[in-house]
Amino acid sequence: MADQLRLTVDGRDVLVPAGATILGAAEAAGVEIPTLCHHPLLKPSGACRMCLVEVEGARGLLTACSTPASGGMIVRTRTDQVVAARRTVLELLVSEHPLDCLTCESTGDCRLQDYAYEYSVTGRDVAGLPNTPAADGRQAKLDDSNPFLVRDLNKCILCGRCVRICHEVMGYGAIDFVSRGATTKVTTAFDVPLEESPCVFCGNCLTICPTGALQAKTGRGLGRSFQYDRVRTICTFCGVGCSLDLHVRDGRIIGASAAEGPANRGLVCVKGHFGHDWIQSPDRLTTPLIRAGDGTFRRATWDEALDLVASRLAEIKAAHGPDAIGGLASAKCTNEENYLFQRMMRAAIGTNNVDHCARL
Amino acid sequence: MTSAHRLTLRDLPAYRTGCEQGYRLQPGQVVILVGLATCGLAAGGADVAAAIREELASRQPEVCAAGRQVEVRSTGCLGLCEQEVLVDVHFAGQPRLTYAHVTPDLARRIVAEHVVGGRPIENRIIGRIEDEDHPYKDQTACAKQVRIVLANCGFIDPERIEHYVARGGYAGLERVLQGLSPAGVIAEVKVSGLRGRGGAGFPTGLKWEFAARAAGDKKYVVCNADEGDPGAFMDRSVLEGDPHAVIEGMLIGAYAIGADEGYIYCRAEYPLAIKRLRVAIEQAEALGLLGRNILGTGFGFELHIKEGAGAFVCGEETALMASIMGLRGTPRPRPPFPANRGLWDKPTNINNVETWANVPRILVRGGAWFAGIGTERSKGTKVFALTGKIRNTGLAEVPMGITLREIVYEIGGGIQNDRQYKAVQIGGPSGGCMPASLLDTPVDYDSLVAAGAMMGSGGMVVVDEGTCMVDLARFFMAFVQSESCGKCPPCRVGTRLMLETLERICAGEGQPGDIDWLVDMGRKIKAFSLCGLGQTAPNPVLTTIQYFRDEYEAHIRDKTCPAGVCPALVSFGVIADKCKGCGRCIKVCPSGAASGKLKEVHSIDAALCIRCGACFEACKFEAIERGQPAAAPAEVAG
Repeated sequence: MADQLRLTVDGRDVLVPAGATILGAAEAAGVEIPTLCHHPLLKPSGACRMCLVEVEGARGLLTACSTPASGGMIVRTRTDQVVAARRTVLELLVSEHPLDCLTCESTGDCRLQDYAYEYSVTGRDVAGLPNTPAADGRQAKLDDSNPFLVRDLNKCILCGRCVRICHEVMGYGAIDFVSRGATTKVTTAFDVPLEESPCVFCGNCLTICPTGALQAKTGRGLGRSFQYDRVRTICTFCGVGCSLDLHVRDGRIIGASAAEGPANRGLVCVKGHFGHDWIQSPDRLTTPLIRAGDGTFRRATWDEALDLVASRLAEIKAAHGPDAIGGLASAKCTNEENYLFQRMMRAAIGTNNVDHCARL
Repeated sequence: MTSAHRLTLRDLPAYRTGCEQGYRLQPGQVVILVGLATCGLAAGGADVAAAIREELASRQPEVCAAGRQVEVRSTGCLGLCEQEVLVDVHFAGQPRLTYAHVTPDLARRIVAEHVVGGRPIENRIIGRIEDEDHPYKDQTACAKQVRIVLANCGFIDPERIEHYVARGGYAGLERVLQGLSPAGVIAEVKVSGLRGRGGAGFPTGLKWEFAARAAGDKKYVVCNADEGDPGAFMDRSVLEGDPHAVIEGMLIGAYAIGADEGYIYCRAEYPLAIKRLRVAIEQAEALGLLGRNILGTGFGFELHIKEGAGAFVCGEETALMASIMGLRGTPRPRPPFPANRGLWDKPTNINNVETWANVPRILVRGGAWFAGIGTERSKGTKVFALTGKIRNTGLAEVPMGITLREIVYEIGGGIQNDRQYKAVQIGGPSGGCMPASLLDTPVDYDSLVAAGAMMGSGGMVVVDEGTCMVDLARFFMAFVQSESCGKCPPCRVGTRLMLETLERICAGEGQPGDIDWLVDMGRKIKAFSLCGLGQTAPNPVLTTIQYFRDEYEAHIRDKTCPAGVCPALVSFGVIADKCKGCGRCIKVCPSGAASGKLKEVHSIDAALCIRCGACFEACKFEAIERGQPAAAPAEVAG
């Protein structure tokens, strides 16, 4: 078939659709290739060099994430040269990475840590060369100047995932690489604080960061990935219906992260990502309140509150006609809820005075 | 010039005839040519040109009385950069005579005595040109040069399209548009055997064929003029001296692959090249040689200039394209290759300045003619920029296959001050060094790669015995480290660690195992880096280790720098028996370390000495001794 390609990965035959990458073919063949900069939402970058593989007949190693598979290709992912490439990349990255995994928020949820473990890259030595701490040119200060994100550029491996999701997917372009060589770093234009940049704090950069360079400020010190449960839910902030994982430890929500869902493809906005402190707030209303004549509120049941609303609407309609009533629905409602709302306004109350806050 | 009118294919021969009449010297005419490329201007060419014009104006009656029609022309670089400012006097029907190192005063004398008086100042003339295609052929430095790319440089005024046309310019385009098919053009380029002059040497015809065959409603051609190697200035000289050759080459390439738009990506550090390109583009557009409906044939090509902002890595083609598109100049993996997905994801063909400049000549004289020059697998010529400790600093265009020895000793005139040749660094930070044992290596793509170097874009930095090879490697590593785009870890981190190791070795803190580590890391960086910058960055280190390992060992094991360069490993003192007390060392010492009374033995204060070696170079009696530094005095307790 013309639109299908047959190739072999580590001796396994695999059939993939035309246009698939070597990495895709390897996945289809059940062969795992390590990656740091690759992410399915993003265009291939080829930056991290972890996915280098051997392809018979090709000059040098090729990045599996960016090289299209072709028919008859013979791919090898476990040769000495390939493993040497992975080890070298890890040694180089770890050589300038803080080794504070004991207290790092991302321990247990860090690709660099996982691969260092897998390839036994233990410390700062690079192929036997003692790398003195003084040689570490990257002495960045922790940036916690905004309410949402903490940036620790010492832990950044410059894979560019955050930059690419900001540019390619979110379309904000708040951050990019600046400078060159060993002094390259990810930051805002002119290095201004994130709050002064086009950043909207969606936090998708944080979700996609493979190390601890970007962390949520809200959950710091409250628990790490192996200490909390992920509870899948739908974000209640608007009608989009993003899938969200709440991080729950000992019955407490300590954080949230985007989850893969049909409406959001693993992305969320600032509200879903960081707006969960209200859930457990002592100020949160948990029952309806009815205003007494003196202006104070008293707790009520939902039945009581809804009965009051229904009777007052009926009184107004009787006294002034249905057009004396208008309905304004919330953007937090779903399409279905908005549909029901306008049906109620039109059929039950009898007015076309219905609108939606998203139009304001 | 009257206001330009757009030419058609049919008008072009008549237009050329007119241009030739203006370019060739008419009886009684005298042309004074002043080299005003960057090399000439840096040497004071603008003042010289002004002096000539002033002198001519003040002697107008005499000039008229002598029956001379004098024209002053500014030209590009002839290649003799070290001898600038060059002024040539050309009487119709006589050989063109060249004056070197011309000052405004000498320029006035040249006008008075030679131009007006008809008496050449013989002792200031360094050469004569009888044949424009083979200047100074009687001189060793020029005898073996073959000028194809530089054919017009130093002859035409680069800001006058009529000169280019008079020297056969746009005849290649004319032949193409007269009925050669795009496939026919590609076939001709393939026959020529032309390979990319940017360094890697990919066959140009094949590259064009890929782009021509790629599916796309829109295609681009790009000229890579982001020449950034330290010591390389071939492309600059071509752009400054003959910009239309590049434009014509791009027109032919665009026709061959089906492109209608192009970019010249020129580094902003070349303002004169950019200015002359702008003038050339305007002139070509005004004549209908560029833009829409070229020469009335319906073929259209729009050409833009994009100024690079100073990143070396933007010479890498994918980074260059990113930069043109307004993105950060960062390479991306290939495939997809630019031929399939280049600028704005459209098929794009990128060639270097020198490659483009070869194209018009190939189309005029035929691929077979070009293939007759050079070696079996490297055809044509290569322009080299000779710099460093060589006598004739400048540009040389030589047939492929010439030996390094011929370039260094015949064309380059050997080493300055008759010192010992040590090595030549070919290909800049991507290339490697070639020691004396390899002087007979033929200069072609494959022989150089086999020796661990590479053709590169054509920079040749010659070093002598006074150069420390470890220090040289350190210099190039510092360059690539600061120019790495920072994208991939092998290049970003690996080159930093290599640089730190080299710095340690130069500081006398090298450790056993450092050399092997450098070799190992260098090979890994080459094998695992994303782009050509990283894949070649370790070459200077690897080749200096390959050919000068003993120097590394001396630094590490003996804590000495055999060349006496690394400040931490050298000290200077006065040999009392030889010192005549002449005071030369005191005069040249920049730090006040040398002292002494006249005719008494001088001394050097180690505490003040910065170990620059100026006294060592200056002493005429070999009375300065260069040795290992004395062990640091133990710190006094308390």
